[in-house]
Amino acid sequence: MVKKSIKWIYLALVLLFLYTPLLLLIVYSFTNSDIVGNWQGFSFALYIRLFKNKEIMGMVRDTMVLALLAATVSTILGTLGAIGLFYSKKRTASVVEYVSNIPLVNTEIVTAVSLALLFSLLSGRSYFSLLTGHVVICVPFVVLSVMPKLKQMDPHLYEAALDLGATPARAMFKIVLPEILPGIIAGFMLAVTLSLDDYIVTAFTAPEGFDTISTYVYNAVKTPRNDLPALRALSALIFVAIILIVLGFNLIKTKNDTKQRSEK
Amino acid sequence: MESVKKSPGFFAAIKKNLRFARSQLLIPYALFLALFVVFPLLIILYYAFTDKSGAFTFKNFTNFFSDATAISVLLVSVGIAAVTTVVCLLLSYPVCYILARSNLKKKHVLLMLFVIPMWINFVLRINALREFLGMIGLLGLNDFANYFNTTLGMVFDYLPFMILPIYTTLIKMDKSLIEAAKDLGADNKTVFLKVTLPMSAPGIISGVTMVFMPTMTSYVISESLGLRKVIILGKLIDNYFTELHNWNMGSAIALVLLVIILVSMLITGQFKDKNLENRGAGLW
Repeated sequence: MVKKSIKWIYLALVLLFLYTPLLLLIVYSFTNSDIVGNWQGFSFALYIRLFKNKEIMGMVRDTMVLALLAATVSTILGTLGAIGLFYSKKRTASVVEYVSNIPLVNTEIVTAVSLALLFSLLSGRSYFSLLTGHVVICVPFVVLSVMPKLKQMDPHLYEAALDLGATPARAMFKIVLPEILPGIIAGFMLAVTLSLDDYIVTAFTAPEGFDTISTYVYNAVKTPRNDLPALRALSALIFVAIILIVLGFNLIKTKNDTKQRSEK
Repeated sequence: MESVKKSPGFFAAIKKNLRFARSQLLIPYALFLALFVVFPLLIILYYAFTDKSGAFTFKNFTNFFSDATAISVLLVSVGIAAVTTVVCLLLSYPVCYILARSNLKKKHVLLMLFVIPMWINFVLRINALREFLGMIGLLGLNDFANYFNTTLGMVFDYLPFMILPIYTTLIKMDKSLIEAAKDLGADNKTVFLKVTLPMSAPGIISGVTMVFMPTMTSYVISESLGLRKVIILGKLIDNYFTELHNWNMGSAIALVLLVIILVSMLITGQFKDKNLENRGAGLW
C-alpha cells in the first residue's frame, strides 16, 4: 500500500515539474500585472490588451498561415515521396530514405545554417525561403507517417483494381489513398505541430520583419519594447487549447481503437 | 472505356507506362531533397574548407580546436547535455516503468499528460519557466544559477522525448519473459537487471540520442534562462553567422557537429525507421 502511494506521488511530482510553470502563467494571465507573482485582483485586462494589439494578432495569424501552408506542401510532397519510395527499386529507395532521414536526426542549427547559406546564393531571404525551410523540417515526418500504412496495405488490392479495369490513377485514388489516409492525416498534424514549434530555422530563413510566435516571444524577452504581459495571455490560450486538442484527439482515438477491437 | 474499344494496344501502353509511374512519384521528393538538403550541406562543406577569399584551407578547424574559448564552449555544451541526459533518464525510467506495469485501463491517457508538452511551442514553455524562476528569485541569481537554470530548462523541455521511446519499448515487451525469469527463481531485482533493463535498451538509446544531440545546440533555452551568459555550441554557430559574419568558421563548427551526429546515429543504429518513428511520427 505504502509502496503504491509512493509510486503515485512520484508520478505526481514529475507532472508538477512539467506543469507548474504553465499553470502559473495561466493563473497570472487573469490579473493586470507586469510580472508573474504579483496578483492585482482578477481581471481580463491582459486578454483585452492581447486582442486589441494588432501587431501580435497579425503575427499569430502569420504563424498559423505559415504552419498550414508548410503542412499542406509537406503532406503532398511527403505522401508522393512515400508512395514513390515504396514502389521504387530497393537501392534507389535506400539512398533516398537515408537522405530523407538527415533532417530528422540533424540538429536544427545545422539545417538552418545550411539553408541560410543556400538562400544567400539564390534569391536571399523571402517568404519562399521561410516556407522551404519549414517544409524541409516537416516533410521527412510525413514520409515517416505514411510509410507504415503503405507497408500494412494488402498489395493485391491495387493489382485487383487494375485487373478489374481501373486506370492506375483511379486505383491510386480509390484504393491506395483511402488505405493510407490515416497516415497522411497524422503526417499533416505532425507537420503543423513542428512548424508551430520551430524557432531556429525560422530565425535563419525568415525575411526581415517577419515574425512567428517563436521568434516574436524570444525577441520580446530580449528587447522589452513589446507587450510582454499580453503575451502571457496568448501563452495561456495556447497552452489550454493544445492540451484540450491533444487529450480530446487521443480520447477519441482510444475509443475508436477499443470499438474496433470489440467489433473484431 | 471507349478508348479501350478504339485501340487496346494504346491503352495497354498507357497502362504500362502509368504503372511505371508509381515509382516516378518519388521524383519531386528526390529533387526537393537534392536541392534543399544535400546541396545546402555541400555548401557548408565548401565554406568549412575555404577562407574568406575562397582558397582551400584547414585553418577553420585548427582555429576552432586551438581556441580556448571555443573549446570551453564545447566542454560546457557537452557537460550540460550529459547532465541533462542523465537527469532525464533517471526521471523518466521510473515514470515509464510505473505506467507500463500499472493495471490502469486508461494508462495511455496518463502517459499523454507526460508527453503533451511536446506539442506546445517550446519558446512559450521556456518563457513560462523563465517567469516562474523569476518569481522564486532564481533567475540570474549568480553564475551557478545561470548554468543550473539552463540545465533545468533543458530537462524541462526534453523530458517527454526521453519518456516516449522508453515507454514504447516497455509496453511492447513480452511479459512472459518476466514470468519465466520468476519461475526460474529470479528475484525482482535480478528480473529487472537481467530482463527488463536490457530489453528496454533500444528505447533508452533512442531517448538518449533524442535528448543529448539537441541539448548541445538548443541555444534558445541557454539564452533565455542563462541570461545570455551561458554559451553553448548552437549559440557559437549562430554568433559566427549573425554577428561576426564569419561563415567559414561557422560552417566548420556546423560540419564538426554534423559529423558527430551522423557517426553516433550510425553507431547506435538510429537510422532504422523503427527508431526514427519514436521521434514523434507515432504521436498523432
